Amino acid sequence: MLTKRIIPCLDVTLDEEGGTVVKGIEFVDLRKAGDPVELAKRYNEQGADELVFLDITASHEGRGTMVKVIERTADEVFIPLTVGGGINSIEDIRQILRAGADKVSINTAAVKNPELIKESSEIFGAQCIVTAIDCKRNLDVENNPDKTIIELEDGTPAWYEVVIYGGRQPTGIDAVQWAKKVEELGSGEILLTSMDRDGTYDGFDIPITKKLSEELEIPIIASGGVGNPEHMYEGFTKGKADAALAASIFHFGKYTVNDVKEHLKEKNIPVRL
Amino acid sequence: MKKIVIIDYGLGNLRSVRKGLEHAGADVIISSDPEEIKNADGVILPGVGAFRDAMKNVEVLRSTIDEYVESGKPMLGICLGQQMMLSTSEEGGVTEGLDLVKGQVLRFPHSELKVPHMGWNSIKITQEHPIFDGIPEGSYVYFVHSYYVDTSDRNTLISCEYGTEFAAAIVNDAGNVIGTQFHPEKSGDTGLKILENFVAMC
Repeated sequence: MLTKRIIPCLDVTLDEEGGTVVKGIEFVDLRKAGDPVELAKRYNEQGADELVFLDITASHEGRGTMVKVIERTADEVFIPLTVGGGINSIEDIRQILRAGADKVSINTAAVKNPELIKESSEIFGAQCIVTAIDCKRNLDVENNPDKTIIELEDGTPAWYEVVIYGGRQPTGIDAVQWAKKVEELGSGEILLTSMDRDGTYDGFDIPITKKLSEELEIPIIASGGVGNPEHMYEGFTKGKADAALAASIFHFGKYTVNDVKEHLKEKNIPVRL
Repeated sequence: MKKIVIIDYGLGNLRSVRKGLEHAGADVIISSDPEEIKNADGVILPGVGAFRDAMKNVEVLRSTIDEYVESGKPMLGICLGQQMMLSTSEEGGVTEGLDLVKGQVLRFPHSELKVPHMGWNSIKITQEHPIFDGIPEGSYVYFVHSYYVDTSDRNTLISCEYGTEFAAAIVNDAGNVIGTQFHPEKSGDTGLKILENFVAMC
C-alpha cells in the first residue's frame, strides 16, 4: 500500500564565513548541528521519506555553496531530495538536478512566469517539478465573485489568495484556480503552505488542504502549522493530504520522524516504518 | 572491481545511481560509447522523463544494447529505463521500445488515486531472483511514475498494488535483463542492497 510521506524541511543559509548552515536547529546531541548534510543523515536514520532543502540565502554565492551541499547530501543519503528557494530559470533547475536533487520547488518565479513550469516539466519531466503555493485566507468574498469560496472551520466563507516573496506580497490570484493551472502546465506535485498557520503550531490549514486534495489529480504536500503528531494525522484524514512537511517540531528534537510515524501507525495511517 | 556502465543518453540525474553503485563497490562509468558498453561487466539503463524523447536518444544504441544483452551479461533498467525494455508504450502516442521483454507500458487509469504514483509502496515478491536476495516481502521502495508495465507472470519478479496490480520488477526470459519501476538509488537501505546484489551478479 502506498504510504503517507513525512518530509522534514531544512532552511539552509550561509553563515558569516560563507559556510552553509541550517537555521533554527536546536538538537543538543548533534556534533555539528548546523551542517545540512549531517542533519539530512540524521533525518534519514529517523525514517524520513523525503527531504526538502530550502535555500533561504538564494543569492549568487549562496547558490554556489548550495550546489556543493546538494552534491554531498546526494552522495550520502539515498532518499529523494527536493530543493527550493530562489529558483528562477531552466538553468537554475538544471544545475540543481545535476548536483543530485530529485525535484525542485518553484514558488514566486512560477507566479511571475507560469511558462517556466511548462517548459521545465517538458524538459525534465513532471515528476521533478514541484510548485510551492503560499496562500492566505481572504474574508472579502463579496467583492470577489470570481474566486473559489471555501468554508472555514467555523462556517465563515473565505477565499485563499496566493502570496509571493515569502508571504510579503499578495497577488489577487485564487489559490485553487492557480493550483489547477499549475497541474495543467505540468507540475508533478504541489507544496501547499498556508500563511495563516505557518509558525503557529496550531495544525495544518485543513479547509484549503482538503479542497486542493479533492480537486487535483497530482499529490499535495501539506505544510505550515504542525505542532504535534496529531496534526499530521488530521492533515492526512481531514485534509486528505498525500504528504506532510514540517520543520520546527523535528528541529527542536521534540519529536523524531519515527515518533510521528508510530503515532500515525497506531491510528491506521499507512506509513513506512 | 566490477566495471558498470551507466548509459548516458542526455536525460536525468545520474549522480545518485552512480553513488549507489560505488557504495556497492563498483567502478562506475557514465558513457554512451558502444565499446565501453560492450566491454562492461554490467550495464544500467537509467531514466526519467518522457518515453518518446528517451527512446529517440537511445535508438542509436539499440544494436549495441542488443549485442550486450545477447552476451548474457546483466543489465538493469530503472524506472523509465525499465519501461523502455518493453515492446511498446502508450505514452505520447504508441511508441516502440527495445522489446527485450514482451509487454506494454500503460497509463494508470483515472480514479480517485493520485497520478503520478509517488512515494514509498510495499512490494510482493512473485519470483525468486538473485537481484532480490535478502529483500523481505513487504519491503518499501520509492516510486514515481504515471505509466506502469503490463507483462506476463513469467516475466514479473515483483508486483505492487496501486489501484491495479502492476509489475514493479521484471526479467527477460534469459534472466540477465532486469528492470525495476521503483528507484533503488532512492529507496534507502533496501535500494542499496538491491544495487549491491546487482553488482554481485556482474
